[in-house]
Amino acid sequence: MSKKEWPLWEVFIRSKAGLNHKHVGSLRAADATMAIENARDVYTRRSEGISIWVVPSNQVTASDPSDADAFYEPAHSKVYRHPTFYDVPDGISHM
Amino acid sequence: MSATLFEYVLRIGDDSLILGHRLSEWCGRGPILEEDIAMTNIALDLVGQATNLYDYAAEIEGKGRNADQLAFLRFDREYKNLLLVEQPNGDFGMTMMRQFLFDAFRKLFFESLEQSSDHQLRAIASKSLKETKYHLRHSSEWVIRLGDGTEESKIRVQEALDTLWRYTNELFYQDDIDQELIQNGIAPDLNHLRKDWENLVSNVLNEATLEIPNNNWQHQGGRKGFHSEHLGKILAELQYMQRAYPNMEW
Amino acid sequence: MEHRNIDELERLFQEKIDKDIKIEPNDWMPEDYRQTLIRQISQHAHSEIVGMLPEGNWITRAPNLRRKAVLLAKVQDEAGHGLYLYSAAETLGADREATIDDLHSGKAKYSSIFNYPTLTWADMGAIGWLVDGAAIMNQVPLCRCSYGPYARAMVRVCKEESFHQRQGFEIMAHLAKGTAEQKEMAQDALNRFWWPALMMFGPNDAESPHTAQSMKWKIKRHTNDELRQQFVDVTVPQAELIGLTIPDKDLKFNEKTGHYEFGEINWDEFWEVVKGNGPCNKDRIDVRRKAKEDGEWVREAANAFAEKRARKLSA
Repeated sequence: MSKKEWPLWEVFIRSKAGLNHKHVGSLRAADATMAIENARDVYTRRSEGISIWVVPSNQVTASDPSDADAFYEPAHSKVYRHPTFYDVPDGISHM
Repeated sequence: MSATLFEYVLRIGDDSLILGHRLSEWCGRGPILEEDIAMTNIALDLVGQATNLYDYAAEIEGKGRNADQLAFLRFDREYKNLLLVEQPNGDFGMTMMRQFLFDAFRKLFFESLEQSSDHQLRAIASKSLKETKYHLRHSSEWVIRLGDGTEESKIRVQEALDTLWRYTNELFYQDDIDQELIQNGIAPDLNHLRKDWENLVSNVLNEATLEIPNNNWQHQGGRKGFHSEHLGKILAELQYMQRAYPNMEW
Repeated sequence: MEHRNIDELERLFQEKIDKDIKIEPNDWMPEDYRQTLIRQISQHAHSEIVGMLPEGNWITRAPNLRRKAVLLAKVQDEAGHGLYLYSAAETLGADREATIDDLHSGKAKYSSIFNYPTLTWADMGAIGWLVDGAAIMNQVPLCRCSYGPYARAMVRVCKEESFHQRQGFEIMAHLAKGTAEQKEMAQDALNRFWWPALMMFGPNDAESPHTAQSMKWKIKRHTNDELRQQFVDVTVPQAELIGLTIPDKDLKFNEKTGHYEFGEINWDEFWEVVKGNGPCNKDRIDVRRKAKEDGEWVREAANAFAEKRARKLSA
C-alpha cells in the first residue's frame, strides 16, 4: 500500500575522522538512498569527509531505561513508542 | 578576445542564475520537507555559481560593472540563458526532469571545462562540478523513482519529458563565440559531449521506464537573447528592487 | 519484578528534573508532560515551517546576489529547524504527519507573528532582527530544558540562529543609514513588526495558566513577561543605535528598576490572530495544505518505487 507515510530513519554522523558516529536526529525518507542524501542535506550541509549512517527507526532495539524498577515488564523495546512502528492491518481507521 | 569570453561566461552564469531563481520558487511548497531543503540547497549552489561567474565576467569586461549590475540590470535580450532553464516549474516531475536534463549536461560540461586553458574557469568548473554531481544524483534518482513509481507518476514525468525534450538540443548550441574559444583551449567543444550526454540520459530514462519522444523538433534562441515569454516575467520579479530603487546599496 | 505506583513514579520523575537529569524518550513520564511537550515542540516546528513563507515571499525579489543567497540559506535553515523539532516530537510518539494535519485543520497553533504580511524588502531585516531575536530569547534557555531530544534540538537551532538575527539587523542598519527611501522603508517595517514581535511572547503571565506546571517540569525556563521584558530591554538600545524609533509613545526607561516600561499590547488583536483571524492565517495554511496535497502523488510514487525495489532484492 503506497499511501502510507515514508518511514522514519535515525541518523548517525561521524563529523571528523577519529570520532565516533553520533546520533543527531531523524528524518523521513522512502528508501535508504534518499535517507542518506537527505541526512547529508539536513545534518551536514554537505560537508566533505563525513560518514553518515541511517537506520530505519523501527530496526533500532533499545534497552530498558536505567531505572531498575520499571513500571512495565523488562524487555528490549522499540526506540520510541511511535504509532507508525506498529503495523496496523489495512482497513482499520482512526489509528 | 575579451568580448567573446565575456559573452561566453555570461551564458553559463545566466543558466545558473535563472535555474536557481526558478528552483527558489519552490520554497515552502515542496512535496515533503526534506525535498524543500534539497531544492533550496541546489538553488543556493546555483546562485553561488552565478555569482562567481558574473564576478569573473565583470572583470573580463573591465568597464566597471559588477556582478549585481550584470545579474539585475540587463534587458531581456541581453540574457543568454538556455530556453530550458526558464521553463516554468510545473509539478515536481517537471522540475526534476528539467533539472536532470540540465544536470546531465552540466556534469559533462564542467568535467571538460576543468581542462580549460583559462585558470579562473578551471577553478569555477572544479567547484561547480562537485555540486553538480550531487544535483545530478538527486535529479536522476527522482526521475527514476517517478518514472518507475505509480501509474500517475509515470504519466506526469513522461509528459514532462515530452514537453522539455524540445529544449535539449540547445544544450549543445555553439556559434562563432564558442569556435574562437575552442581554438585557444578555453572552451570545450560541446559536440564531444553529445554522445556521453545521450548515453547518460537514455540509461536513466530506461531505468525510469520512460520513452524519448518521437518528435525531435527542437527550439533554440536563448543563447542569442531570444527567449520564451517566461523570461520577461522572471526578470520583472528579479529586477524589481534594482529598477524601482535605482542606484542604491542593499 | 517490582511494581511502583503512579505517585512514586511521579516523585522520582520530578526528582530527576529537580536534579537536572535529562528525561529521554523511553523514560517513564507523566502523560501530561508528554502531551504538553508534544504540543509545545510541534507548535515550535510548525512555526519554523510556516515562517519560511513570509520570507520566502522575497527570495525572487531579493535586491542583490548576496542577499538572495543569504535569504535562501536562512529559509533553508528554518526548514531544517522544523525538521529537527518534528524529529524531537516523534521521539514522544507524535507522528509528524498527524501533527501537520492538525496544523492544516487549524487544531494546532504556530507562532502568530507569521500571520503578518511581508510588504517590503525591509521586512526581511525586521524579521531577522525582531522575530529571530525574540525566538533566540526563548530558545537559548530551552537548551537546558528537561527533555533530552528537545534540548539537543535547541542547541543545534541556536547555533544556526545567531547568524539569522545578525543578518537581519545588518539589513536594518544598512537601510537606516542609506537613502531617505531606504531609511523610511526600515522605519516602516519596524512600525509594523514591533507589536507583533512583542505578542510572540504570548499572553501576560496572569493569563497563562500552564506556565507554573511547565516551569516546574523545566520545559519552560522563564515566564512570558520575563522574556518579553528582556527582549524590550535588549532591543530598544539596538534601535537607537541605528537611528530608528520604536513605535511606542509610552516607552520609557525606568532608572530605578533598570528596565524599560512599555505600552499596552492590543490583546484583542493578539487573540484574534491566535484564533485564526490575522491578515495571513488563511493564506499561510492554504499554501501548506496545498503543498501537502500536491505532493501526495510524489510521496506515493517514492513508496511504490521503494516497494518494487525491495521486492526485486528479496526475489
